[in-house]
Amino acid sequence: MARVTFRTPMGRVLGSGSAKSGTGHFWRQRVTAVALVLLGAWLLVALMRLPGFDHDTVRAWLDRPLNAVLMILLAGTAAWHSSLGVQVVIEDYVHQPLARVTSLILSKFVHALLAAAAVFAVLDLAFGAAA
Amino acid sequence: MQTRERPLSPHLFIYRWPMTMVVSIGHRLTGLLLSLGLVVLVAGLVAAATGPGSWERFVAVFASLPGRLLLALLTLAFFFHLANGIRHLAWDLGYGFEIPQANASGWTVIAASVILTLVYWLAF
Repeated sequence: MARVTFRTPMGRVLGSGSAKSGTGHFWRQRVTAVALVLLGAWLLVALMRLPGFDHDTVRAWLDRPLNAVLMILLAGTAAWHSSLGVQVVIEDYVHQPLARVTSLILSKFVHALLAAAAVFAVLDLAFGAAA
Repeated sequence: MQTRERPLSPHLFIYRWPMTMVVSIGHRLTGLLLSLGLVVLVAGLVAAATGPGSWERFVAVFASLPGRLLLALLTLAFFFHLANGIRHLAWDLGYGFEIPQANASGWTVIAASVILTLVYWLAF
């Protein structure tokens, strides 16, 4: 049985339109992509130029301010870009409403955790006492 | 009800995949792989911050053959996603939409990602 409504068609659509953020996701994806071209190139070159992969060398490398800052930017930007990308994949393939919202929120949580862990680890390596 | 035999929309198993479609799927796949790569990067940073012991264990995992294969796969995914990402940025600016151009840039992405991966691993 259809519920009778006396609202006009115009009254029903007013306020349920665009949330005015339609291009936000697109732009964030592009801007983080451009940043990651530069930061990714930096990481690959930096890893190649490391004299070794022992703890002291890696620690000394991240102890340098520029390297620590770039690593924090890289991890943060990569987590952001990854979050945007995984969101689109979930939206495309997970249709059941509860599973969809749950996996979207879970993805945000995991990405926030990755970003926070990376920032803390770099700061600990840069500022902490030598272990 | 009688239904007439009519042509169906492209069936994935009898349909020759256009290269551009493979590259498009590859972009999504390598993107997901790189999310895994982010987990590896963060695990490495946390291991290094935890101390020399856990750092040595992290290095040992990726010095093993399966570890090296994963790193090689992640390198390939990185260069593919990088090259095709630049292709996407060019499209966003309005360049390269003609089919011959899209085919040429798609093959360039495939070639560039393989060559850059080989060069990077040989130069390391």
